[in-house]
Amino acid sequence: MATIILFAPLLGALICGFAWRVIGEKAAQWTATGLLMLSAFLSWIVFFTLDTEIEHIQILRWIESGSLSTDWAIRLDRLTAIMLIVITTVSSLVHLYSFGYMAHDENFRPGESYRPRFFAYLSFFTFAMLMLVTADNLVQMFFGWEGVGVASYLLIGFYYRKPSANAAAIKAFVVNRVGDFGFALGIFALFFLVDSISFDVIFAAAPQIAQTELEFLWTEWNAAEVVAFLLFVGAMGKSAQLLLHTWLPDAMEGPTPVSALIHAATMVTAGVFLVVRMSPLMEFAPNATAFITVLGATTAFFAATVGLVQTDIKRVIAYSTCSQLGYMFVAAGVGVYSAAMFHLLTHAFFKAMLFLGAGSVIHGMHHEQDMRNYGGLRKKMPYTFWAMMIGTLAITGVGIPLTGIGFAGFLSKDAIIESAWGAMSGPGAYAFWLLVISAMFTSFYSWRLMFLTFYGTPRGNKKAHASAHESPTVMLVPLGVLAIGAIFSGMVWSGAFFGSHEQVNRFFGIEAVHGEQSAGAHGEAAGGDDHGEDAQAALGVAPGEDHGAGASAAVAELAEGDVEAALGAVAEPAQTATDHASAEDAHGAAAEGWTGSGAIYMAPGNDVLDAAHHAPLPVKIAPFIAMLLGFVGAYVMYIRRPDLPGKIAENQRPLYLFLLNKWYFDELYDVLIVRPVKALGGLLWRRGDGKIIDGGINGLALGIIPFLARLAGRAQSGYLFHYAFAMVLGIAILITWMTLSGGAH
Amino acid sequence: MTSADFSTVLPEFVLAFYALVALLGAVYTGKDEHGPLLTWLTGGVFVLLAAWIGFSGQNDLAAFGGSFKDDGFSRFAKVTILLSAASILVMSEGYMARRGLLRFEYPLLVALAVVGMMVMVSAGDLMVLYMGLELQSLALYVVASLRRDSVKSTEAGLKYFVLGALSSGLLLYGASLTYGFAGTTLFDGIFLAASAGDMPLGLLFGLVFIASGLAFKVSAAPFHMWTPDVYEGSPTPVTAVFATAPKVAAMALFARVVHDAFGGIVGDWQQIVALLSVASMFLGAIAAIGQTDIKRLMAYSSINHMGFALMGLASGTAYGVQAMLVYMAIYVTMNIGTFAFILGMERDGRPVVRISALSMYSRQEPLKALAVLVLMFSMAGVPPLLGFFGKFYVLSAAVQADLGWLAILGVIASAIAAFYYLRIIYLMYFGAETEALDTGGSRVLWGFLMASAAAMVFGIVNLFGIEGAAALAAATLVN
Repeated sequence: MATIILFAPLLGALICGFAWRVIGEKAAQWTATGLLMLSAFLSWIVFFTLDTEIEHIQILRWIESGSLSTDWAIRLDRLTAIMLIVITTVSSLVHLYSFGYMAHDENFRPGESYRPRFFAYLSFFTFAMLMLVTADNLVQMFFGWEGVGVASYLLIGFYYRKPSANAAAIKAFVVNRVGDFGFALGIFALFFLVDSISFDVIFAAAPQIAQTELEFLWTEWNAAEVVAFLLFVGAMGKSAQLLLHTWLPDAMEGPTPVSALIHAATMVTAGVFLVVRMSPLMEFAPNATAFITVLGATTAFFAATVGLVQTDIKRVIAYSTCSQLGYMFVAAGVGVYSAAMFHLLTHAFFKAMLFLGAGSVIHGMHHEQDMRNYGGLRKKMPYTFWAMMIGTLAITGVGIPLTGIGFAGFLSKDAIIESAWGAMSGPGAYAFWLLVISAMFTSFYSWRLMFLTFYGTPRGNKKAHASAHESPTVMLVPLGVLAIGAIFSGMVWSGAFFGSHEQVNRFFGIEAVHGEQSAGAHGEAAGGDDHGEDAQAALGVAPGEDHGAGASAAVAELAEGDVEAALGAVAEPAQTATDHASAEDAHGAAAEGWTGSGAIYMAPGNDVLDAAHHAPLPVKIAPFIAMLLGFVGAYVMYIRRPDLPGKIAENQRPLYLFLLNKWYFDELYDVLIVRPVKALGGLLWRRGDGKIIDGGINGLALGIIPFLARLAGRAQSGYLFHYAFAMVLGIAILITWMTLSGGAH
Repeated sequence: MTSADFSTVLPEFVLAFYALVALLGAVYTGKDEHGPLLTWLTGGVFVLLAAWIGFSGQNDLAAFGGSFKDDGFSRFAKVTILLSAASILVMSEGYMARRGLLRFEYPLLVALAVVGMMVMVSAGDLMVLYMGLELQSLALYVVASLRRDSVKSTEAGLKYFVLGALSSGLLLYGASLTYGFAGTTLFDGIFLAASAGDMPLGLLFGLVFIASGLAFKVSAAPFHMWTPDVYEGSPTPVTAVFATAPKVAAMALFARVVHDAFGGIVGDWQQIVALLSVASMFLGAIAAIGQTDIKRLMAYSSINHMGFALMGLASGTAYGVQAMLVYMAIYVTMNIGTFAFILGMERDGRPVVRISALSMYSRQEPLKALAVLVLMFSMAGVPPLLGFFGKFYVLSAAVQADLGWLAILGVIASAIAAFYYLRIIYLMYFGAETEALDTGGSRVLWGFLMASAAAMVFGIVNLFGIEGAAALAAATLVN
């Protein structure tokens, strides 16, 4: 079944891309869409019937080269299953939506066939993305990783007659190369360290990697830290994190369905997926994960601030995507991988919906994207309005605090913010505050978008407003389906992703290596039996420090936090327990129990999830309050006093310009990187390539070689005695040579 | 002569016997009217002998006190020689017959030359070596001047003869020096004498002279001067003969001498062979650029190719010999295809050899042009065609023998040589319009051309298994 899911989109892409001339445009589009819907349907079946065991489905022997030996195989676990439903569902809906959106396009000449190409690219992208998430080893993943990069490039530059689209496509590709370089280095490093690229082998070797030193650049590093960092650099590029984020807003040059599918719901989350997939390694790299946390939080904050002032409807949502990805990285960075996946899932629904809604508005407004020219569209596009409303409620995180009731974003975003707090560390605190502030900004710019677009009086081109219309059904249906996801996905799966340890473990197929100790301490959920088990499990760690023999140092080190956290709960049993042997067994289990099972791994010392659950009240309602503040701010500025934003922009001009120009990142890169590199390239091209290489080759080919050829021709005189003379000369040279060099002696 | 000795040389004997009987038979019956029949018959005999030798036992035999060896190496070379000679004979039949050149002696002289070649590759003694070499050469001198009414053909035969005599002189002088210092003409004895302690300078001189004589036969620079003139002057089928079987025989003999007789002093002859290799590669590459006659071009091309084959030999290892054998097999296949094409180049029924006549050939015969394109790319060593793997083989042999400099020079030479192969392709596809060549032509030639081109493409799968055979052959020679 997984094989069908994986290859149906590829088949669709091939048929649609190559056979449309034979079967016709419409049929080609329907083939691609139909196959994707099949894929989506099967994905849901897989998701609900998933075994706890990790399933490996071999497709073919792939690489056999020296010690590098790998299959092309599908790794089917919970993580893959989540990504499968996200990708195939959003993709099939976007396919459907594109029937309407791409029906007419002024970027192409009348009669020109562009639709099959578009659908083929979309399907190809889906295949590549599925390749990425089903990968069983790093190289296969890298293959998918580059595949989505190519698809992204093709789709951003889909309007190939628009210079800006081509520039954006190239920018996306080049910036991603930077990240990919890091990713590739990470893969090389892992192969160097464990002599394998298979996930199973790497995960099993993670504790050893953590104790290895690796020479990198100028000094020795802890191998796990270096690898985790390098892999994260790859993730940064793909997921548009700070420093490598500049391509994402520009990528909005692509058609809006593309923005929804690739640059919001799926491809950009590949980085998050990578970090979560590598969780067994990440858990052994505390510094790298701290870096992830800080960078994620900073990105979330940065993008949210920039989103406040953008006027292009798609750019606002693009920065919002960038910001939300920052949230996910924070969750992954503090070690609550399930929360990251949770937000990834819910975000896919509501962000795709926002984009498709925005696309619907753009479509209705004849490809006008500037929100300053919108206004009062509520009446003209009621369905779109409601869809966008649900999306906004979801992204801003509307819900009832302290209960599990709310829109999707409410549950997942709160989960991340609580996790950041629960990390109880410097980076965690930093992330917590930035994320709360970002939540406020998120609320502000989201409502600003709503108010500017759908409320107030129509602005801008009168004709556009007069003929503004609701989108066709084929575009509204996907919005409806996504709305369901945006409303309910949070509530339905909050337990599975961010419930108690047992729930999460069951969902992700993790063998319980440690229960919820702190739960026992608080006396909330754990029964008497559980308590005893918890105590034992924790005990397994506690004596580890005293009787270090046989226990790996890394685990002991990481376990320290665990010991402290659980000390209150297990103090008594720890005193009574004297059986060292059983304690060491338990320790061994803690160190090895995870290797074979589980889609994600949380080290025995990782109790952030528990801490997050028991966050104090102010922490729990902080995001809610931030959301309200943002809403009120937007309401005041765009409904009550529409003149206020202009005045503030006037008063705080430097700040406004700073935000409007996206913190001047593009300008900075232009000065620091683009221009020097261009200058260097120009130099190498003109001087190096043009003068030296071309000149040298031309001189050789046009001057010296023909001269020699003439010489040889003249020697071939046709006279017998010349020939005989040459032979005698030859033997004389050989004899002289041999005599002088004395042979080998 | 014991019966065991006799059974070892049975294939050679059978072929010689056949040639003599056929000669007598033809003289007393229809003479030249039997030409076509004899050509086909001789080709058939070659193929049968090749099959016989190819499928006969795997034993290494020595006859006549070790002066004649029947081992894996000689069998590999003999099969290659016989099959290529058979192909060329079959290909030349139509061409010769239409121009009244198909004398009945032609196939029989080739058969005798082949007997000589077979003796050469089996030689285990300097005298046997010389006997085989001269039998081969004398037959070919005559064949070169087969067209008695043509000045060029006569000139070619005469030049070849005079220079060949000079080279035989050099070889004999070397042989006598070797005999003088080693005290024996048997390779095994020379091997012992050469590798025992301090080698006398006279033996070294002998080695150089013998190597020079052999270099003449493989047309390695600077002993190549006869090649362009003889190739140009001889009738095209004869040129095709020169370019294939004798090259294999001479190269195999070269390997035989340096490994069997002088295998203990690899370091000494390695320098000579490497020097010959570099000189041939560059001369073949550079001098061909100015050529306008495709037969002269092929002459330089073969010089260049011999340089590469010598590179394999220069590495002085079993792997090097294997690379050389593979290279020669591929070279012969490519040349058969190319000559099948050249034999078919006609305008108004008259043979054309000017390269410029190929202009826009792709318009008239797209399929043949494509086949030639494949062959030319393969000759130039463009991956993924077979020619590339041949070059790759010898280059890696050189690298493995710590002759990196030789490999680098080889790559440079092959880049230069690519020019004239590409020029042919350029002319065929982008050249100026000119008087068109005749279309159609012989089916046999077409078949050989296509088979050869197809081999270049499909051979890359496993080189048709010659790799393993060559490895076995090399193993029996170098131990």
